[in-house]
Amino acid sequence: MGLRGEAAIAGFFELPAARRPTGQPEFILEQWARLAAAAVADAGLDVTQVDGLVTCGVMESQIFVPSTVTEYLGLHVNYAEIVDLGGASAAAMVWRAAAAIELGICQAVVCAIPGNYFTPTSDQRPRDLGDALYFGASSFRYGSPQAEFEIPYGYLGQNGPYAQVAQMYAAAYGYDERAMAKIVVDQRVNANDTPGAVFCDKPVTIDDVLASPVIASPLHMLEIVMPCMGGSAVVITSCELARRGRNRPVWIKGFGERVPYKSPVYAENPLQTPMVTVANTAFGMAGVGPTDMDMVSIYDCYTITALLTLEDAGFCDKGKGMQFVTDHDLTFRGDFPMNTAGGQLGYGQPGNAGGMHHVCDAARQLMGRAGTTQIADCNRAFVSGNGGVLSEQEALVLEGD
Amino acid sequence: MPLATPTSRPYWDGLRRHEIWLQYSPSLDGYVFYPRVLAPGTLADDLQWRQISGKGTLVSFTIAQRPVAPQFADAVPHILAVVQWDEGPRFATELVNVDPAAIAVGMWVVPVFVDYPDDDVTLLHYTAATP
Repeated sequence: MGLRGEAAIAGFFELPAARRPTGQPEFILEQWARLAAAAVADAGLDVTQVDGLVTCGVMESQIFVPSTVTEYLGLHVNYAEIVDLGGASAAAMVWRAAAAIELGICQAVVCAIPGNYFTPTSDQRPRDLGDALYFGASSFRYGSPQAEFEIPYGYLGQNGPYAQVAQMYAAAYGYDERAMAKIVVDQRVNANDTPGAVFCDKPVTIDDVLASPVIASPLHMLEIVMPCMGGSAVVITSCELARRGRNRPVWIKGFGERVPYKSPVYAENPLQTPMVTVANTAFGMAGVGPTDMDMVSIYDCYTITALLTLEDAGFCDKGKGMQFVTDHDLTFRGDFPMNTAGGQLGYGQPGNAGGMHHVCDAARQLMGRAGTTQIADCNRAFVSGNGGVLSEQEALVLEGD
Repeated sequence: MPLATPTSRPYWDGLRRHEIWLQYSPSLDGYVFYPRVLAPGTLADDLQWRQISGKGTLVSFTIAQRPVAPQFADAVPHILAVVQWDEGPRFATELVNVDPAAIAVGMWVVPVFVDYPDDDVTLLHYTAATP
């Protein structure tokens, strides 16, 4: 069952995270083209070799999105689809691309997530910002369960729902806020050595994290990602193209996906995240386990997300995550290198491209291109993706050639 | 404000009378929330409406110190909660008239019906049950 591990990440491109737009604003379609060109060039491929494409939503078109993107790029692809799994989209795009390649329907697939939301505007056609901006990832349309049963009670956005899960964790297993802050601090060390990270120049201490305001108890501001602009893309290719490329091929050996609900309000046990099944599937497919990983890139929109993922993916026992992060050095110099490019807590979150940050982080390490933060002898990596509120989850097991 | 749908109308009509009516699936032997046309998980076509007491247990909460959205700018500190009815289903609500320091996961809670006559809607908030 599953992938044979014969498709690889052959190239990637990640923009620096920026707090404010820089330069001339461009549409998402235009950003898509630039990201694709950069990732294909990074792989050492010719654009004419690209015959597959996976996209997220684009602001310029609500419908017919994949064909709109392929037409804009001028590609004639054998495989085109849209993935709508929030922060889990990036990892979901990667395995879908790998599966399409292993099926033999295409040889090179570009997956891009533009993340500069300040696109050109016109008074003559004001932008439809959609529900996402005002209702925080919930739909306010008539008939939407979120509009009817969640939004009226303030259950929207992310801070409140994730904080509720953290409160449940505290009630079930206890809570060490210094351990939670240490997750931020270790990743910040990595960000401080990562060009392009939004917090590249700002060190932080545990006391700084705990002194930042509580946004929704028990979560402090610095335990919550910084929204940024950016964007990133990866190119997944067949074995043949990967071996002819510029980079060490990063084989996609295993994946898992599970999408049980939109809102964890309805979860039987929100503390038992879908990651339990997801990681188990991914490791089983790859024929390896958590202790075989040389680095991990864990989706970290909040500290609680990283904590639950470490537990549920099997890196430590359930309820012992706070002890685990206290006992281990999570920096690139440490005994458990995690989010070596800063994670989203340190690099910044350019919308759904935040998920792609983790794919790029692992690819960069496995290709031996991480510069100051490079881990010696890095051959296997685990990447997690997370969308909604712990409700759409993905894992990838990647291996360097 | 919520807009009732043809499927959910009995739930919202119940709240206006300060009653809580949920769907029950005999084949599932369980209550269902939110209202649906078929039972979730089995897609059984046997949903029927039953009244419940509304008593429940606090599953989780958070005290939002910043507005969760611009529409809730006046609501902070805002106690967002998930409650589990004694009959089983969980749902999102708000805690009102409670001492924030006394809130604990697992505490018993009871309904507070909040009428919004202008919108012809009653929302279902919760508060601590008096022992």
